[in-house]
Amino acid sequence: MAKVPVQFTLNGSERAEFVESGSTLLAALRDKMGDTSPKGGCLQGTCGACTVMVDGELRLSCLTLAETCNDAQIRTTAGLANGEVLHPLQRAFEDAFAAQCGFCTPGMIMAAAALLERNPNPDRADVVEAISGNVCRCTGYEPIIQAVLLAARANSTSAA
Amino acid sequence: MKLSKSYFADERTDDFVEIGQPRPRSDIRGHVTGRTAYFADRTFPGLLHLKMVRSPHHHARIRGIDTSEAEKHPGVARIITAKDVPQNLYTILILIQVGPEDEHVLAEDKVRWKGEAVVAVLAETARAAEEAAAKVKVDYEVLPAVLSIEEALKPDAPIVNEHHGRNYYLYDSGECRKVRFGDAEKGFAQADHILEESYSSGPIEHAPLETSGCIVTPEANGRFTCYTNTQAMFFTLDNASIILQMPGHKLHMVGGTVGGGFGGKVDVTVEPVAILAAKLTGRPVSFIYSREEEMQVSSPRAAEKIVIKDGVMKDGRIVARQVMAYIDAGAYSRHSPYGAQKSAAHFPGPYTIPNVAIDSYCVYTNRTPSSAMRGFGVTIGDFALEVQTDKLARLIGMDPLEFRFINAYRDGDMKAHRQPTEGAALIECMQEASVIAGWPVDERFMKMSSQTREG
Repeated sequence: MAKVPVQFTLNGSERAEFVESGSTLLAALRDKMGDTSPKGGCLQGTCGACTVMVDGELRLSCLTLAETCNDAQIRTTAGLANGEVLHPLQRAFEDAFAAQCGFCTPGMIMAAAALLERNPNPDRADVVEAISGNVCRCTGYEPIIQAVLLAARANSTSAA
Repeated sequence: MKLSKSYFADERTDDFVEIGQPRPRSDIRGHVTGRTAYFADRTFPGLLHLKMVRSPHHHARIRGIDTSEAEKHPGVARIITAKDVPQNLYTILILIQVGPEDEHVLAEDKVRWKGEAVVAVLAETARAAEEAAAKVKVDYEVLPAVLSIEEALKPDAPIVNEHHGRNYYLYDSGECRKVRFGDAEKGFAQADHILEESYSSGPIEHAPLETSGCIVTPEANGRFTCYTNTQAMFFTLDNASIILQMPGHKLHMVGGTVGGGFGGKVDVTVEPVAILAAKLTGRPVSFIYSREEEMQVSSPRAAEKIVIKDGVMKDGRIVARQVMAYIDAGAYSRHSPYGAQKSAAHFPGPYTIPNVAIDSYCVYTNRTPSSAMRGFGVTIGDFALEVQTDKLARLIGMDPLEFRFINAYRDGDMKAHRQPTEGAALIECMQEASVIAGWPVDERFMKMSSQTREG
């Protein structure tokens, strides 16, 4: 099958690979670039486990062709922490018990990160809307909502 | 978190250090950083992808399988059929002598449910495997299907599974798992009221976010490493060993974090055929269910039908209970004979009833094999029992919570399946619940204890 080159910035690093034409960004990240933080839960755009940010916007990497991401800035949960210093959302997810099996967590955190970047002071309804495309089957939605609100409060406290 | 120690204060005098204190999960750091390793977070050079050709029919005879077109498809490495499997007939619980073997790893003469595995196709890419799988031709003669418990138990019903010879599992106690305690008929004769009700449920899919799967690599030392998200590592190891006729030391099963299981990953469905594929090709093999397979092929919680007949006195005592329970195993046993057995032991519920007669049937139908899911054999029964309990209380005009106090089991009570009650705390839980829920009960119930029986 024909290979095509893709080149983009992944969590601040320049990356380039050849991928099969028609393959997804999810496959490129996981199989070619070694970033397995986005998960393949449905591969049909319904579960949100593969959620990443492309040029600051949320994208389902299972429905995004890798070759459409040339020159893009791509961010995943694997790049959120600053070394060993966790992102406020990661800290809040730990403190609020917002993960059980953990499979939905990287996608949830990206959806929440996108929310906090456009709206640093969300209310509960904003959080519910922001994670509405992400399925959690251990049914930890309530702790997840609380974690995102906790992270927002921590951000506003540290900014003040 | 509040701990109510007053109830059992005489049992423990020490103060708890860890209990009642929040502690972070040991695996949480990996989850929030995306570093937790799930089985599929691995890549291997030369990895082959396995796609299963599945039965489109509920029940059919296989007249022939033609893989010639599929073999010619670009990228196809190998096609596997029943004749390639060393010990094709198996059943998971044969490990604990719950036979007979009743299921084929890959279908031979017949398919008995829509979705049954027939032919495995291995190719260089997932896409090539899918395309080639679509070119496998299976010639089916469609047979009449049995799609409900009621149909299965009709005298002239088609036989679903010839290895059983009848549409229900034969226990050592006969056509069902039986529990007999006291004399149910005598109990009904003395009862003030009798209430008989039916309850039924459909199958329930676990729908874990991570689908079932495994990756197998052939090692230079002749062993096979199988990275799997099974919830039942030793069932998988031992059944794979039987199916592949391969000593256990050749199989290195590697588990890890499971992306949601809920009981849906205790069957042995992907590993044996993936290990066989790695053996036949000498290459790493990935067999991961698609979302569609996870929803439609992986085993659900069984559909159940439960008929409960209770005899109750005006003062609230349940004096007799008869239960007829039917657990829909689907086409194969998997864990259902055990689930039905568990249900039989469970049906008195957390209540002490002096006269009990229970018959739990494990029924075969041409539906997706059902298996474990969160308290299987018990959970649907509990729903039925507690709805029945409310109905009984209403029937005699009693508060449903007070009704439960009257019938609650206490330490020392013999349960119907001959296990003495120990460490009961139902009374105390209900006392706490009464307070928290603002659902007051008579003072005499607040003075009860699980450890003594008043009067």
